[in-house]
Amino acid sequence: MRVALFLTCVNDTLYPDTGRAVVKLLTRLGVDVDFPAAQTCCGQAHYNTGYRHQAEPLARHFSDVFGEYDAIVTPSGSCGSMVRELYPRMGERARAEGRGDGLARALAPVVPKTYELTEFLVDVLGVTDVGAYYPHTVTYHPTCHGLRSLGLGDRPARLLAAVGGLDLVELPGARECCGFGGTFAVKNSDVSAAMGTDKVRAAESTGAEVLCAADNSCLMHIGGTMARLRTAMRPVHLAEILASTEKEPWS
Amino acid sequence: MSGTYLGMPAFPAAARDAVRDATLRANLRHATHTIRDKRAKAVAELDDWARLREAGRQIKDHTLRHLGDHLLRLEETVTAAGGTVHWATDADEANRIVTGLVRATGEREVVKVKSMATQEIGLNEALEAAGIRAYETDLAELIVQLGQDRPSHILVPAIHRNRGEIRDIFAREMERWGRPAPDGLTDSPAELAEAARLHLREKFLRAKVGVSGANFMVAETGTMVVVESEGNGRMCLTLPETLISVVGIEKVVPTWRDLEVFLQTLPRSSTAERMNPYTSMWTGTTDGDGPAAFHLVLLDNGRTDTLADEVGRQALRCIRCSACLNVCPVYERAGGHAYGSVYPGPIGAILSPQLRGTASEIDASLPYASSLCGACYEVCPVAIDIPEVLVHLRERVVQGGEFTRHGAKTTLRPARGHAAERAAMRAAGLVFARPGLLRAGQRLAARTRRIHPRTLPGPGRAWSATRDLPTVPEESFRDWWRRTRGRGAEATGAAGARTEDGEAGA
Repeated sequence: MRVALFLTCVNDTLYPDTGRAVVKLLTRLGVDVDFPAAQTCCGQAHYNTGYRHQAEPLARHFSDVFGEYDAIVTPSGSCGSMVRELYPRMGERARAEGRGDGLARALAPVVPKTYELTEFLVDVLGVTDVGAYYPHTVTYHPTCHGLRSLGLGDRPARLLAAVGGLDLVELPGARECCGFGGTFAVKNSDVSAAMGTDKVRAAESTGAEVLCAADNSCLMHIGGTMARLRTAMRPVHLAEILASTEKEPWS
Repeated sequence: MSGTYLGMPAFPAAARDAVRDATLRANLRHATHTIRDKRAKAVAELDDWARLREAGRQIKDHTLRHLGDHLLRLEETVTAAGGTVHWATDADEANRIVTGLVRATGEREVVKVKSMATQEIGLNEALEAAGIRAYETDLAELIVQLGQDRPSHILVPAIHRNRGEIRDIFAREMERWGRPAPDGLTDSPAELAEAARLHLREKFLRAKVGVSGANFMVAETGTMVVVESEGNGRMCLTLPETLISVVGIEKVVPTWRDLEVFLQTLPRSSTAERMNPYTSMWTGTTDGDGPAAFHLVLLDNGRTDTLADEVGRQALRCIRCSACLNVCPVYERAGGHAYGSVYPGPIGAILSPQLRGTASEIDASLPYASSLCGACYEVCPVAIDIPEVLVHLRERVVQGGEFTRHGAKTTLRPARGHAAERAAMRAAGLVFARPGLLRAGQRLAARTRRIHPRTLPGPGRAWSATRDLPTVPEESFRDWWRRTRGRGAEATGAAGARTEDGEAGA
């Protein structure tokens, strides 16, 4: 099986550790993962801000880069949902606008092959115990796109529950949005900040050392709020916890 | 819509005040969390909820596809049952019709059932301008009216008020509108309800004209349906001699069988009740029972234009249950007033800019009043994909394009104030089209990481005002991959066929 890592532009640029963690984890599980270097951005920020036409070339580029792989794995629920939920919609809209079904046909092959990391582990590889060890108290925030758009369900929780040494504590109001929302965080910054503060306060109430999520964009917003509120907790991407082992702890 | 909302500031500015009002935020948080938890329990009781939701969606979509036919059928059946049907293209026409009908009775007062449609058109203000006083009789609407306030929730218009505030409003204002509040009124719910009951009873017994909306109109029999909790609505519908109902054209359902679905999904979604306490149905007029004259004003006011938009039309499925408001994290913090419309919350954010257009500052900002978290879509009993419509309307705001206004295809120009954003999106698109350019940018950012400012200029300031920026790493992932895996590793993979921009075959 030829597996490609779709890291996302945010992770590539700002959170390379998450990418290294995914590579380490998948390699440990016997997957030979490739990073097609021509990858850039899925176009979600364009699409969700109202620039659908500008997102189209990015979607085409995505299908060019990833089309030949058997599986495309991404450590981002929101970028995963862009490909799986919104690419088909973009193809449909182009057709409805009388621009033919070229875009739909170009995008169709990559849509069903794109997996968010926890889906790939649980559904494709069939593992929940990935042999990880992480001796910390962790609370998990299910990000909106992973939760509602992709329907990740209890996959992340099952993966975390199998991690050695990890104490998983429930996050009150876990299903509530952290307030990031892409450009929402800037366009409606007061409401966004209020939502972020409430999320951090809820996380603090658990006494956990680590707030874990499967999307670094949300973690950037939550982590930035934690830093400003001088919270002792750390935001950590799920992949980095799963990559950690007793012999090689993830720093 | 109501003239009272003209000149509203854009959503972010209006929301800012609410976010900083601790009492308001506490009131909203308490109320929305209580009702959302109750809703979840009431919905979980039904094992066929998903099927009911799908049935509701299909009935609404099918009805909307043949809306003209169903409305003509309704006009026939209402007329045959002794009612009179009036068609109103917009708010002004509807207000003129209702004002004329009230004047013809010679009355100067009307009692009103809570009605979103009459609020949408600003009927109370129009009646007042014509020297007619309209009394709201729904308890929450009464609180809003006496407080010279605006409703901030579809179902619970006074959600932003606590008991103490309500007591003060009653004690201060009731006298000006009729029977004064009893001396020594406390903030106990029973005492407040009794004060309202005594005050309203006078109105019910005196009024000769009632004004209502309707939750549904059944085309096959010409039957109007109002669901409510207090019974005050039923008083308005049955006691006056003349009843005038103003109803949006999307409220029609073809048959009683269709109604059955919504009478299950509406109360559970809105009040978390298995069945609402009062379901009033009236068909035309009947000798010696109820109003002797019945007028139905069918209101378009932007609905036909909305129907012409194939993505946005799903907003017309809305049955005004308000479940989306109660789960919305943005509504919870911003409050209903910030939406500048009688339709607040997620549904308001897609309905108002469609019914009113996106020309005003507030309407252009509403599609952005969401983090697209999807909680609204999840609870919607008629499966309106609100995030999808929000993004669709964002496109209309920033890109312009074709849409239907007053029944004619119009090309909308992009809204002002988005020029910088458009340029940034275009620039990002250029960078993302060239992986080599992206890598160059990442390297520049990494090299200059020690001198990055801690706060951002321009629109980015909004981010750095409340959140720390992430630090740029020394090395991007793609550089790490290239350094550790080398170019040979790349070439052996399927990506070997793919080359980075500008470096083909290097």
